[in-house]
Amino acid sequence: MKANPAGVLTGAHFFDGDYACAEGAIAAGCRFLAGYPITPSTEVAERITQRFPLVGGMFIQMEDEIASMAAVIGAAWGGLKSMTVTSGPGFSLMMENIGLAAMMEAPCVVVNVQRAGPSTGLPTMVGQADIMQARWGSHGDYAIIALAPNSPQEAFNHAITCFNLSEKYRVPVLFMMDEVIGHMTEKVVIPPADRIEVVPRTLTAKKPGQYRPYDAAGGWVPEMIQAGDGYNIHTTGLTHDERGYPQMTAECQEKLIKRLTGKIRENASDIIMVDESNLDKADVVLVSYGITSRVAQAAVQQARKEGLRIGQVRLITIWPFPEKKIAELAGKIKGFVVPEINAGQISYEVERCAAGKCLTRHVPAYGGAVHDPGVIYDAFKEVLHAGKTQTVR
Amino acid sequence: MPEKPRPCGEEHPRSKLLRMDRIPHIWCPTCGIGTVVNCFLEALLATPLNLKKTVIVSGIGCTGRVAGYVNLDSFHTTHGRAIPFATGLYLSNPDLNVVVFSGDGDLSAIGGNHFIHAARRNQNLKVICVNNFIYGMTGGQMAPTTPVGAKTSTTPFGCFEHPFNLPHLAASSGATYVARWTSLHLRRLKWTIQEALSRRGFAFIEVIAPCSTVYARRNKLGTGFDLMKFYKENSVIRHGADTKDVDISFQGKIIVGKFVDVQKPTFLDQLNEGYSKVFGDKYVPYGSEKWHKMKSEFQVSAAKA
Repeated sequence: MKANPAGVLTGAHFFDGDYACAEGAIAAGCRFLAGYPITPSTEVAERITQRFPLVGGMFIQMEDEIASMAAVIGAAWGGLKSMTVTSGPGFSLMMENIGLAAMMEAPCVVVNVQRAGPSTGLPTMVGQADIMQARWGSHGDYAIIALAPNSPQEAFNHAITCFNLSEKYRVPVLFMMDEVIGHMTEKVVIPPADRIEVVPRTLTAKKPGQYRPYDAAGGWVPEMIQAGDGYNIHTTGLTHDERGYPQMTAECQEKLIKRLTGKIRENASDIIMVDESNLDKADVVLVSYGITSRVAQAAVQQARKEGLRIGQVRLITIWPFPEKKIAELAGKIKGFVVPEINAGQISYEVERCAAGKCLTRHVPAYGGAVHDPGVIYDAFKEVLHAGKTQTVR
Repeated sequence: MPEKPRPCGEEHPRSKLLRMDRIPHIWCPTCGIGTVVNCFLEALLATPLNLKKTVIVSGIGCTGRVAGYVNLDSFHTTHGRAIPFATGLYLSNPDLNVVVFSGDGDLSAIGGNHFIHAARRNQNLKVICVNNFIYGMTGGQMAPTTPVGAKTSTTPFGCFEHPFNLPHLAASSGATYVARWTSLHLRRLKWTIQEALSRRGFAFIEVIAPCSTVYARRNKLGTGFDLMKFYKENSVIRHGADTKDVDISFQGKIIVGKFVDVQKPTFLDQLNEGYSKVFGDKYVPYGSEKWHKMKSEFQVSAAKA
């Protein structure tokens, strides 16, 4: 359906990524935010506190990030589109209940404006080192969706995408911004509400008695209810059957985990968004995301000027990872160059999918600053001149 | 697998509010939790509350399993997080009557921070804590409520830590209704739960309950019957007692009664009043009929989707 015009600030704005993200969430229909202050994400919550009172939203500043994530899941079950906003240290605390959200299949969005870690790290400075934590941070087998915007405009657009995906697949969706995107101010165009596609909270048409909360009816995603409508549902973080009842058996565990991971894996082509360019006849392909994808453009332009054939795959969806796309390219090119503001994360995924068919060259930056485009340019040259299948580190 | 109990030809008097397909429950013989659940259900039946709008949230542990047996919308969450989950649930629909069932470890150790902050905000939640002085489900380890001197699996020579006085913790954090009974005080507990359900604000009811399997056995306190006799002989009813004075010592007197019952605006009352002052008529009071209409605009039925 189309966005509710009540919360949509149609027009051209000059916003930083944090504000744009807040506006995207409101346009998507988010009306609940529980959070705890943390740099560099706080401006999202601050914007929300200014905007929520007049659009019927609830902001509550909780006692910590553990409580924030728990409250977000509670609000999801009460029928609101809900979110929380944080950065690395808070993201670590949220892992417990991100697992609960995945297990209970509570639709929600977690924004992580990444700073450099580990621990307190560089609170006000950029990092992209929470990418693997986003995928694997909570214990046990589960799957989530994660997106990474590369501009304030995308922070607006894809905050909406995050909510839409969370409703469609009943899964926590992690919005992996980074400090530079969060604090960078650019033009953000908010279209009229009738041009914004929004997935509503869809409640089952079944009557109480016919409804089973975790019966996906042969599909991947069960229908949802909201508390207080008379369904008397039970939901738990324990391994559970279609009724939501705990079942302590390996058989029930297998069935549940297959569905929780399968609903993302088997729908990957519907979920994944990449921005690709110049892949035909490319010798080297740049794989990047977030702010790094923009910093790398200086290196790409320099290389093209010199006649090097550089293609690009820019990840908008990070998880699920575009395995097929990378595997397909690996057979045709000399190698991938993967700059990230970390010591190696998505590069491992690229290397895994390339499966030895071409080179993978990670270009690290350790946090606190974006790359010098020169090192990315050097990596293009290095890959072009390197041996056949060695991994260059 | 334990055998299902043989049908006796009669329906359980509380079967409407229990998930009978999940009985038998996991609690040990002489455990106090079932008794507290029974009192809670009797209280529910005696209140005018709409049971469709009454939900139960629990964390982890023996008491955490209550949510699984009560036939209401029920949420079995993570360890210690029942209160923040319940906070989100309540704030997503203030028409809900949200009850939290928690054990002493769940509530006051791992969930202690959430407990005091929900009390501070006077969040409209009813919290029932079954305090058996121990972590039962994991095999009888020391809890923040274990009395000095009591033996547990992690204090084999006796507990040397000062325990929490939970009613005092709740009251001093801002709870507007605080009471304590033992699982022997059936009728009083039922009335208290009933009364707490009628109050707006953060209500806290502590129920001292026996754990014969891992607490009483290790401390040689006798059988389930002995434990009930102990409550009978050692409970002292003192309504309005200063919560400072209701500490519990090992096998000492247990002061019970209603300690606090005051009125104070809730989190939501404060918020609605504050925003109304700032924004006037432009502000739609959160939880009002008009607000519910706004909320429903973001929802569709699967039949239409």
